[in-house]
Amino acid sequence: MKTELICSGFGGQGSLTVGKFLAKAGMQEDKNVSWLPSYGPEMRGGTANVSAVISEKPIASPLVTHPDILIALNQPSVDKFGPNIKPGGLMIANEDMCPNKLNRDDIDEIYAPMSTIAKEIGNLKVLNMVAIGIVLEKTKLVNYDTIEKDLIQFLEKKNPKLLKLNLQAIKKGMEIAGY
Amino acid sequence: MGEKVLMKGNEAVAEAAIRAGCRLYFAYPITPQSELIEYMAKMMPKVNGTFVQAESEVSAINMVYGASGCGRRVMTSSSSPGISLKQEGISYIAGANLPAVIVNVQRGGPGLGDIQPAQGDYFQATKGGGHGDYRNIVLAPSTVQEFADMAGLAFDLADKYRNPVMILSDGLLGQMMEPVEFKPQKTKEELEELDRQHYEWCMYPNEDEPNHHHHEINSLEIDPLVLEKHVEKLSEKYDEIEAKEKRFEKYNIEADNEVLVVAFGTSARIAKSAIDELKEEGKSVGLIRPITVWPYPYEAISEAMTDKVKKVVVMELNLGQMIEDVKLAVNGKLPVEFLGKVGGILFTPEEAKAKILENL
Repeated sequence: MKTELICSGFGGQGSLTVGKFLAKAGMQEDKNVSWLPSYGPEMRGGTANVSAVISEKPIASPLVTHPDILIALNQPSVDKFGPNIKPGGLMIANEDMCPNKLNRDDIDEIYAPMSTIAKEIGNLKVLNMVAIGIVLEKTKLVNYDTIEKDLIQFLEKKNPKLLKLNLQAIKKGMEIAGY
Repeated sequence: MGEKVLMKGNEAVAEAAIRAGCRLYFAYPITPQSELIEYMAKMMPKVNGTFVQAESEVSAINMVYGASGCGRRVMTSSSSPGISLKQEGISYIAGANLPAVIVNVQRGGPGLGDIQPAQGDYFQATKGGGHGDYRNIVLAPSTVQEFADMAGLAFDLADKYRNPVMILSDGLLGQMMEPVEFKPQKTKEELEELDRQHYEWCMYPNEDEPNHHHHEINSLEIDPLVLEKHVEKLSEKYDEIEAKEKRFEKYNIEADNEVLVVAFGTSARIAKSAIDELKEEGKSVGLIRPITVWPYPYEAISEAMTDKVKKVVVMELNLGQMIEDVKLAVNGKLPVEFLGKVGGILFTPEEAKAKILENL
């Protein structure tokens, strides 16, 4: 079993972090993982994306060209990577920033107003965690408990308030995907 | 081995170097290896080591020369344009018979090029780079774990042969995160023992040896007859390295291989994806991945060329550099095809697969 992801969005939206948390959780569940960022001469407001692979077997190429899952936090990400999603794959898009839908009938497309949800929770920064929540519920790629444990370790001392918001955002994402 | 951590190649090789006893590091920042110098800046003070951001790459490599002459484990790192600047110093270090570890996180060239992954420094790393008859041992990692493991290996080989060792990585391996397990930190006793092994030739003050201050660290020998002897001695060392230190990985090498792929580092990873897919389709393709690109594992390639192999395909992120070594190994017995990408662009697993299918 091998799952290839691309997480993409504007710089600052946290798409690289989505990939990192998922890859790290995969590692903690004893899977092989890789995380390969785009690191071009990007500027603030430009696009940032990461290829992440979570696999039972050792990972050969870490470069993802045809993802099983695309997490698109903005419109350019949908336009750029949407057409390359594997048939039968999944796209999770931030509805607030992706007005033009992909409308492929051979993949599953989920549009969620991640920015709005994040603002409701109280911090726009946690919109990427809404995306993680949807991935967790929809694909069971990694376990919620693994991500929660990692987040607690990462944020409990540094910023307990932000930790609470992050966990809230993930749960909200899971809720949306559950409908 | 400890717990697995998710780390960038640049950081992993720095951590592994410290654990292997590197306490001196001199460098100048450059993308895509900057996380390496940043990690060293952060960690060296914590292990009572010395970190210096030099005013230039030339200065950094000469600091390495000096520190190595004092018998300590020392490292520098850079990316392609910076490695070019270090070549004079590397030649001096090789000429003076000194150990040192140099990490090259390659980017697109020539000139300043770009900051994306490339393998365009193969010639420079394996065929010389600086002036004069000398060789670097060159290790080419293809995973973050291997990149980290090579730090310890590089220091051991450098000490064993008193020779510069280069780790020839690239921007992909430097920037990518993968799980890594580290070897334990060397103990104080082990570090002292490493130092002691250098006392017989280094400039380190050693009261036990009355002649210690007579050791000479030099790459200048104005008498041609003396220089001749010196270079011949270096040559014997290189012969020994060629006899003992060739390393490679065989991947899917079987008696029924129809195509043999040769690729190193990042290229080899992409090639593996293509080979795996072809295997599922019932096509047998083998891969030889040189781990040392000098000394080069020529025999591994010629031995994998069984009667069924029709063609050899070389894949590199350059215009075709290692292909010259592959042709030496193939020795005209089979056609050698090439897939390359330049400008810091990677070829995809699909392109690798298509290239193999063309030649099946």
